[in-house]
Amino acid sequence: MTEQPITFDAQDFPRRSRRAFLKNSGVLLGTLWAGSSALMALAPSRSWALEMSTLDEATGRNLLSFCRRIFPHDTLDDAVYALVVKDLDAAAAKSAEVKQMLADGSAALDKAAGGAWLKLTPAAQDKIVAGLAGSPLFKKVHGTAVVSLYNNELAFAHFGYEGNAFNHGGGYLLRGFNDLKWLPDPTPAASPAPFTGA
Amino acid sequence: MVTYAHQDDSVVVIIGSGAGGGTLANELCQKGIKVVLLEAGKRQSPATFINDEWAAFGQLSWTDKRTTSGSWRVAKDFPNLPAWICKTVGGTTTHWAGASLRFQEHEFHVKTLYGEMAGANLLDWPLTLKELEPYYARAEDKMGVTRTHDIPGLPGNNNFKVFYNGARKMGYGASTGHMAINSQPRAGRGSCQQYGFCFQGCKSGAKWSTLYTEIPAAEQTGKLELRTECHVARIEHDAKGRANAVVYFDKDGKSRRQKAQVVCVAGNSIETPRLLLLSASNLFPDGLANSSGQVGKNYMRHTTGSVYATFKEEVHMYRGTTMAGIIQDEAEHNPKRGFAGGYEFETLSLGLPFMAAFLNPGGWGKDFGEALDNYAHMAGLWIVGEDMPQESNRVTLHATEKDQWGLAVPNVHYDDHANDIALRQHAYKQAKALYESVGAKKVYEVPPYPSTHNLGTCRMSAKARDGVCNKWGQTHDVPNLFISDGSQYTTGAAENPTLTIVTLAIRQAEYIAKQMTARAL
Ligand SMILES: Cc1cc2nc3c(=O)[nH]c(=O)nc-3n(C[C@H](O)[C@H](O)[C@H](O)COP(=O)(O)OP(=O)(O)OC[C@H]3O[C@@H](n4cnc5c(N)ncnc54)[C@H](O)[C@@H]3O)c2cc1C
Ligand code: SF4
Repeated sequence: MTEQPITFDAQDFPRRSRRAFLKNSGVLLGTLWAGSSALMALAPSRSWALEMSTLDEATGRNLLSFCRRIFPHDTLDDAVYALVVKDLDAAAAKSAEVKQMLADGSAALDKAAGGAWLKLTPAAQDKIVAGLAGSPLFKKVHGTAVVSLYNNELAFAHFGYEGNAFNHGGGYLLRGFNDLKWLPDPTPAASPAPFTGA
Repeated sequence: MVTYAHQDDSVVVIIGSGAGGGTLANELCQKGIKVVLLEAGKRQSPATFINDEWAAFGQLSWTDKRTTSGSWRVAKDFPNLPAWICKTVGGTTTHWAGASLRFQEHEFHVKTLYGEMAGANLLDWPLTLKELEPYYARAEDKMGVTRTHDIPGLPGNNNFKVFYNGARKMGYGASTGHMAINSQPRAGRGSCQQYGFCFQGCKSGAKWSTLYTEIPAAEQTGKLELRTECHVARIEHDAKGRANAVVYFDKDGKSRRQKAQVVCVAGNSIETPRLLLLSASNLFPDGLANSSGQVGKNYMRHTTGSVYATFKEEVHMYRGTTMAGIIQDEAEHNPKRGFAGGYEFETLSLGLPFMAAFLNPGGWGKDFGEALDNYAHMAGLWIVGEDMPQESNRVTLHATEKDQWGLAVPNVHYDDHANDIALRQHAYKQAKALYESVGAKKVYEVPPYPSTHNLGTCRMSAKARDGVCNKWGQTHDVPNLFISDGSQYTTGAAENPTLTIVTLAIRQAEYIAKQMTARAL
């Protein structure tokens, strides 16, 4: 059996393409954290790069950090949050209005921080984020991230979700669907043995 | 495949190929009756199903514009997605989990049993369990429901183990229940491989869906013409008020008109009343078959909610069957609990992408992050209980918004009844205690998702003035027009609805065939 080839933007690792950089656009560069071992198994290399088509680097960095405060996962690598920025950049490329709103939003973050958003501690950032809930910037980043951040193989590996069973060895019948050992097994009447014949 | 002429007025036209329509089509074809089955969606197969929540949602779901109103939280979080149902051959039986439970006897006459409930528009079904029993048995056989017809139960997965142990601590009984999922090969289909993507279309075909059971069986009779990507816009009638044709937009967006001897509507409980309302005419100014004024009213969605709990140890709840686990101890009617009716607990899991979307829609911040940090340590269950029919819970045509065909979009209005709220609170409390009894660190009460169970908008009634159709699903006003899906529900009961929808379709097919032979239709 085959599956329909549906691919998601957010499913690839953020990496630099050979395309010439577009004018006025930025690049986010990073290195996978030493603790991100689950991701390293999937990534082609430790260093990653997100080449944006529309947003500049400062905006990209601020948005990534803003997103970290909306959906905080202290041990989740920036490379995964970069996939959200990638989708925000794509939305900005499609709509001048979104592009402006994100650029203004990023500038507003700096302003609220009294200079540089990125220099604030997470606790100080959290206070500002709480005040922004419901704003167009918050809604856009939240609405994008709630899908993009959690719908990619890197996030799956990080959070311990095994994703597409069909592509990864088939059903769990022989791969641990009932391997939980910290509670007693149900009676066979409540939960009969599986059929494993041909 | 057979094809029928648009002018052929001897065919039965069925609108929608899901649980109701797909079953009815097969049952009629088996009796030699000519059927044109019109389905708005495309045809997929186990080979084209995708083990990916968002991609499968895009492939199978009904995403035409709809609007919402009322105080239910869905109206705020998912204003254009009141229901999570499908537009594809097989309808929502591609998405469904397979839980297949019979009604309890008393659930057919709750008006009599519960008495007056302020704000509720209760009515007794014009049917009894006894009348339905032989048809339930046929439906269970057809669908391969576990623990019926000598079919063994399914094996419980990790999520079930947590559920089961909690149930025991609470003094409840739990089992892997009655599921329309092959626990061993049956009826030419294989057994469950525990993919855990039951909501995304079963890639092994173990779970019953009309897509690969009823519909191919009907095609084999040479009596079925299935027309896919055909959206029905209107049902027409002759001067005497008998339905005589349906008008639809085909794949290419061309308007077509198919003549019909009988018309059966099975578009699920939002599209079915919408279509009747869109078919208003001089003779039927308030909508077809709507002399009672009840078309679109009494929309029910079950009182639902989910509870997820995190544990120190790992669970991996997403491995294996999405819903094979049930507790029925709270399903009885026991007013001592402070509400009428009852509810079931059923195991449930969502993958990481849907957990993020549904755990607390609009949620963010530290608590939200922490819940997902514990995803691999999470177990979950779903509450499904009876909700009260209310006249004001209702599908109407939007005054200005149009869909891609230029047809008024449906608006779905819903407010919880006080009884619904009391039932849900009780269920949340019991579920929390259940998970805490096996060591839950944190328990999350998750609000209802967009409606998966949609019921009641063309209800059955003994008297024409109280409802839209009679005990056969035949509309009171238009004798050759039938309601063939969950819209027929008079009241919702505590059980998942599909087994009963299929049961009613089998019974309706018998009635239509007899009436056609007697030249009464
Ligand atoms: C995630 C999920 C899990 C579920 N799990 C369970 C479960 O475990 N047990 C249970 O009992 N139930 C379950 N259900 C509910 C079950 O799927 C429905 O009750 C059942 O499919 C309803 O049958 P139906 O015939 O009314 O409508 P559907 O099966 O939705 O079929 C309606 C069909 O009509 C078509 N249609 C609509 N309007 C038109 C038109 N104008 N022209 C042409 N075609 C049209 C649609 O495209 C669709 O294919 C679940 C549902 C969901 C979403
Ligand atoms: S768990 Fe079983 S029923 Fe569900 S999709 Fe997998 S094989 Fe099908």
